[in-house]
Amino acid sequence: MNVSLLFAALAAAILVWFFLLQHLKTKPWIEQGVIEQHGAVDVPASRVGLWVFLAVVTSLFGLFTIVYSMRAEFPDWRPLPDPGLLWFNTVLLILGSVALQRARGAAGKNDLAGLKRNLTTGGVLTIAFLAGQLIAWQQLTGDGYYMATNPADAFFYIFTGLHGLHMLGGLFFWGRATEAVWRGLESSSVTEVANVRLRVELCSVYWHYLLLIWLILFSLLLST
Amino acid sequence: MAYVAIADRDQHLHDPDTFITKYIWSQDHKVIAIQYGGVAILVGVVALVLSLLFRMQLGFPDTFSLVDPNEYYQYVTMHGMIMVIYLLTALFLGGFGNYLIPLMCGARDMVFPYMNMLSFWVYLLSVIVLLASFFVPGGPTGAGWTLYPPQAISEGTPGIGGGILLMLLSLAIFIVAFTMGGLNYVTTVLQARTRGMTLMRMPLSVWGIFVATILGLLAFPALLVAAIMMLLDHLIGTSFFMPEMLSMGASLDFQGGSPILFQHLFWFFGHPEVYIVALPAFGIVSDVLSVHARKNIFGYRMMVWAIVAIGALSFVVWAHHMYVSGMNPYFGFFFATTTLIIAVPTALKVYNWILTLWQGDIHLRVPMLFAIGFIFTFIHGGLTGLFLGNVTVDLPLSDTYFVIGHFHMVMGVSPVLVVFAAIYHWFPKITGRMFNEALGKMHFWFTLLGTYAIYLPMHYLGILGVPRRYFAYGDTDFIPESAQTLNAGITVAALFVGASQLLFFINVIWSLWKGPKADPNPWDATTLEWQTPDTPPKHGNWGHALPEVHRWPYDYSVPGEEQDFIPQTEPPHAGVVAGRDHGVHH
Repeated sequence: MNVSLLFAALAAAILVWFFLLQHLKTKPWIEQGVIEQHGAVDVPASRVGLWVFLAVVTSLFGLFTIVYSMRAEFPDWRPLPDPGLLWFNTVLLILGSVALQRARGAAGKNDLAGLKRNLTTGGVLTIAFLAGQLIAWQQLTGDGYYMATNPADAFFYIFTGLHGLHMLGGLFFWGRATEAVWRGLESSSVTEVANVRLRVELCSVYWHYLLLIWLILFSLLLST
Repeated sequence: MAYVAIADRDQHLHDPDTFITKYIWSQDHKVIAIQYGGVAILVGVVALVLSLLFRMQLGFPDTFSLVDPNEYYQYVTMHGMIMVIYLLTALFLGGFGNYLIPLMCGARDMVFPYMNMLSFWVYLLSVIVLLASFFVPGGPTGAGWTLYPPQAISEGTPGIGGGILLMLLSLAIFIVAFTMGGLNYVTTVLQARTRGMTLMRMPLSVWGIFVATILGLLAFPALLVAAIMMLLDHLIGTSFFMPEMLSMGASLDFQGGSPILFQHLFWFFGHPEVYIVALPAFGIVSDVLSVHARKNIFGYRMMVWAIVAIGALSFVVWAHHMYVSGMNPYFGFFFATTTLIIAVPTALKVYNWILTLWQGDIHLRVPMLFAIGFIFTFIHGGLTGLFLGNVTVDLPLSDTYFVIGHFHMVMGVSPVLVVFAAIYHWFPKITGRMFNEALGKMHFWFTLLGTYAIYLPMHYLGILGVPRRYFAYGDTDFIPESAQTLNAGITVAALFVGASQLLFFINVIWSLWKGPKADPNPWDATTLEWQTPDTPPKHGNWGHALPEVHRWPYDYSVPGEEQDFIPQTEPPHAGVVAGRDHGVHH
């Protein structure tokens, strides 16, 4: 309950904070003429769109972790063993995130070979991560930990499954970015290059964010 | 300015050349708005008919046998869910949000038109999945619109076969659709406003829709979490919400789940949902009042602050829906306090609407009538909300018709009156034709007086102690004979209101076909959507150049001016000191 109140307060604070950023004290009924908006966010729409989406993702996973900690207090909670494979998978995801960060750097320096190499590496590592998660599922079901065995097991499958789905969605956009890189190589027009940079940048941001979420989920799973 | 460049970047617009890309798979926000609105109203009519069916049962329990007890619960459930989510949320945000945001902000379209199109089609899918539950064995779920476990997925509740599954699935699909639309609305407001359109120069309609969308984006995940977990409880047999239970003497497989957990999740979504519907209504009604009273909105800044404050507070009041579930008294005290605090910004808005009317040059045209009607119903619904916000008063009233009366006054009739105000107000712009004024006025009076005849008596029934949720009352010691007479009267009024909505549909169809051609700005309004080069606006909205905004949206009856309105696009007149120092930014 307390955690959920905290979350609610956080959500409310974000709203108010956003509003406070704006000019609270302007008197729109007096001012006339065009007002140039120096304070307005001067960024591509897709970047803002991504951050708004990440807010939604935060709300979703945040609520799940609250529900998790509330449910874990009940007496029938039987924690499941943490498969060692998860550590390995986590390392894969971290490396994937690093690779995408390097791809972003390469795109900024017009280093096309580095961009191609790192972008591909990042994607492959992520696919390996997802495969690893599936194997972890198999190990657990093999040991008799099914979804309905205990809420602890159910939460494990929900967390990993939901996070995996979000990674899959990321891979879709990674695919489109990769395609744009290859196409951009041929055309090499100025807008294409900017487009490629933006796509790679958004992918890397999304990857870092989902890595963060995974680390939180993983530590939550380990802690009970 | 980057966002201006984006707003005016032509390659963002697809080039519709066939009928299909123009009107079916359209990426034009105006077409998507009409698609959203059309589907929402259509499914709303279904919910209206359902309510009439179970009202017949309630009013005349021994005369008609249109519904059996199971169907009664199914229809009540579907009526509630459809009205709140698939009609009101979809219509205000998907419909009016889509239509108004780009036009009022001076953008050519939403920033992600393709995703916007997808949002509508996914919404349509969610509606189809929902309505499909009428045709599966066992019918739709009868769990009540709040879908509380354990009864929602326990033997004995109607529709626990396919019905509840399709309901949860449909909600999940709806949330996906809403998220895609919501990303568009928020990003468009932030990034695609035209030159000069500062946030504090946006019409209140846009403010309301904008904050409501943020609420939706943060609150709908709670419903998604609840829906996923309940689906798993039902399908796989997990025990998130399901406690240990005996059914027919046999112990079920569930153990240790918490039904209260579901209630927290549901209402963490459910209460912001009230404001997801109310905030756009607040915004739209402010604009309609200001235009037709030929006066600037009273206290524009305060109105904006109130919208934001209500939005923020709406996240910390959810447990006032759970007083009867039992809770720590300190929690009850906390939630009663926050609930009553919300009354402050809300009352502030009401005062400002009334002060906008004060000494205004009021034109009682159809949209204005609906807007003023809204003030009445909203005050009534709001005041009874103060009763129910207090724990001690809520406990005896919670399971009675008082709650039905309160809820329908504040969240049924009030937003629907705004929906009609908005449709009549923007009809000339959307269709390029005028509606029939006389039919519209008739529609207004029948609807307003009729709904009062329905819901005022319900408050009385509630204080009498008549419980809600009952299929039939039979003979009881505490319900007098006369209560049933009142119930019959309510049903007659409901049928009357239902039938008078035909006036609206006749008016719309007639006007589309034969209505006189509309002036581009029939109400002499200042906001950007009335200044488009074409009526109805063409694809891309603004022709060659985006409009430039020079003033706030409420310059009505400015002293010393010839016209009683100055469009937002009008540059400062000679002799007026131009606004803030452009170079300096605080």
